[in-house]
Amino acid sequence: MKQLQESVRPGPALHTQKKSRALAAWLIIILGPGLVAWLMALSITKGAADISLPLVWDALFRFDGGDIRHLIVADLRLPRVVASALAGAAFAVAGALMQGMTRNPLADSGLIGLNAGAGFALSLCFAFFPHLGYLKLILCSFLGAAFGGVLATGIASLGRSGALPMRLVLAGAAVSALLTALSQGVALYFNVAQNLMFWTLGGVAGSNWTQVSIMTPWIGAGLLGAVALSRFITLLSLGEEVAKGLGLNTVLVSILGSLLVLVLAGTAVSVLGAVSFVGLMVPHLARFLIGVDYRWIIPASAVLGAFLLVLADLGARTLTPPFEIPVGALISLIGVPFFLYLARRQRRAL
Amino acid sequence: MAERQTNHELYQRKIALRHAVIVASCAALLILSLIVSMNIGYIPLSPMDTLRTLMGDGTERETLILFQFRLPRILISVLVGAGLALSGCIVQGISRNALADPGLLGIHAGAGLMVILYVLFFGAQSFLSVLTLPFLALTGAGITAVMIYVLAFKPSDGVALLRLILTGLAVQAGISALTTVLVVKLDDTQFDFVALWQAGSIWGSNWKFILALLPWMLLLIPYVLMQSRVLDVLSFGDETAVSLGLGVEKERRRLLAAAVALAAVCVAVSGSIGFIGLIAPHLARRLVGPKHVILLPACGLIGAALLSAADTLARGIMQPAEIPAGIMAAMIGAPYFLYLLARTR
Repeated sequence: MKQLQESVRPGPALHTQKKSRALAAWLIIILGPGLVAWLMALSITKGAADISLPLVWDALFRFDGGDIRHLIVADLRLPRVVASALAGAAFAVAGALMQGMTRNPLADSGLIGLNAGAGFALSLCFAFFPHLGYLKLILCSFLGAAFGGVLATGIASLGRSGALPMRLVLAGAAVSALLTALSQGVALYFNVAQNLMFWTLGGVAGSNWTQVSIMTPWIGAGLLGAVALSRFITLLSLGEEVAKGLGLNTVLVSILGSLLVLVLAGTAVSVLGAVSFVGLMVPHLARFLIGVDYRWIIPASAVLGAFLLVLADLGARTLTPPFEIPVGALISLIGVPFFLYLARRQRRAL
Repeated sequence: MAERQTNHELYQRKIALRHAVIVASCAALLILSLIVSMNIGYIPLSPMDTLRTLMGDGTERETLILFQFRLPRILISVLVGAGLALSGCIVQGISRNALADPGLLGIHAGAGLMVILYVLFFGAQSFLSVLTLPFLALTGAGITAVMIYVLAFKPSDGVALLRLILTGLAVQAGISALTTVLVVKLDDTQFDFVALWQAGSIWGSNWKFILALLPWMLLLIPYVLMQSRVLDVLSFGDETAVSLGLGVEKERRRLLAAAVALAAVCVAVSGSIGFIGLIAPHLARRLVGPKHVILLPACGLIGAALLSAADTLARGIMQPAEIPAGIMAAMIGAPYFLYLLARTR
């Protein structure tokens, strides 16, 4: 199996490099988490109240319930930073899975209707069941995300040419427009526009330990599942025929992969709101640094995604004090030029 | 031979007659929907009351409702619907592609950014400021259009349509992110204005805005109608157009500028309304065929009917809440776009 894998040359569509760079991968996967942890600590020190790094250390390991600064760290800033890191990793890995399975360089949870679907489901929840618990909200946002994603990919695959990258983006845009319009309509009619707006803008501001404790097992399981599946994703990324020829059960892998995408993206969306482009950019960066093997790309994407979102959250809180910039908007500003560059490189038309 | 000639002439005449009937029924339908929408709203008026009031014989309250609130809003939705539809018709004609729509191309977002900024800093109360809105929207839309064109242009194959739409989508995402960043500092009422603009509620619904919009429409719509022959030739494809002696690039740029201007001044007063520019040309083409000399008027009428109907629905079915017309348009238009996308290869 291994020899076979190495003798197959990847197609030129997604992968510009011929070799995987294991060293770079190891560096990212081993040193990366340390860097992310340092950035998280740094992020905790920044904000309205003045808090130093040693104080963060004390709050974590020598907690004193009488000290108000300790409480700020433990109850406000830490959950928020942890939620950012988890959601970032989840978005990035979901994007990597999608891009690997579909060989579509433009795949991203925000671009194929998952976010809008989750938003629609949440608007219904806010309107009809205003007192749902957080766990049920997450489940609803899964269902909504699945609905949006299936709708967009299904429509894009109709027609003779199948789901070309650009077709998928167009279908995703239209499905998103439709579902967003529906959720806006519901929100206005039932007067829950404010709640929905707050959520849509991608806020981790309200993250608390309850949320973090509910999202952690889902995202943890999703990430582990993605790592376990990564070998087969590499095979799929060589193309359907090649993977089948190597004896891979492509249908099973696609189904498992799609489920993982839903769990990861659905959870992240329910916590963070509609953040696009993380799942688009990070896997490309990982591929650029590491190469074509998804056994490295997926863990590296998780690390890089966490880093990106913790950084974006830090920026959102500190760039324009006393106002917060919505995280989703900040990331879009970075993501759009990147998307444009990718769209220019696409050679195939409709 | 002679007989065939006359037959052909007869056939041509029959077709022309049929088209005239179709356009006339579009107009009748539009007028009917306007009458209905005058009766519908938060305070219902019966058709007879409406008629009496129009003739200047209504009670003070009826007059106020009709002339200060309902009529301007209906007129704006008619003007904007026609403008967006014509704009979409031009873009589709030039690009020879069914999926093109100025809203999808990010023109609305560019115009909107300027409008939002202006309204936030200066308000839209004085007559002067209302008159300047279309200019601002034009500036924003123009800059956006040029930016999209440059970004989507590649020396190898010019502007491939799909890349154009993708670029438009991306630019739109960027502009709305920028808008979001800018509106962070706003208070609640300003924030509500931005949200409503983006949802395409017809916000500028009083006589001031109609006056601000009218000169532009009176300038642009006749110009576009005069260009119907050029649009016909362009839709044959570039080689044919060149061999017929048309300066393709120049004409295309002119028409695009007209389309962008139309879309921009419309969304300046109505907010971001998508999909009207996509659907109306399609329906019109189904009814009267591809000749622009008849297609453009039909398209304008259908657009006006669509938007005023959407606005009436939004005001009528959802009492007491109001759903912005843009949301209604997207609910109807997005599925249609998806259907088209599934059909294209």
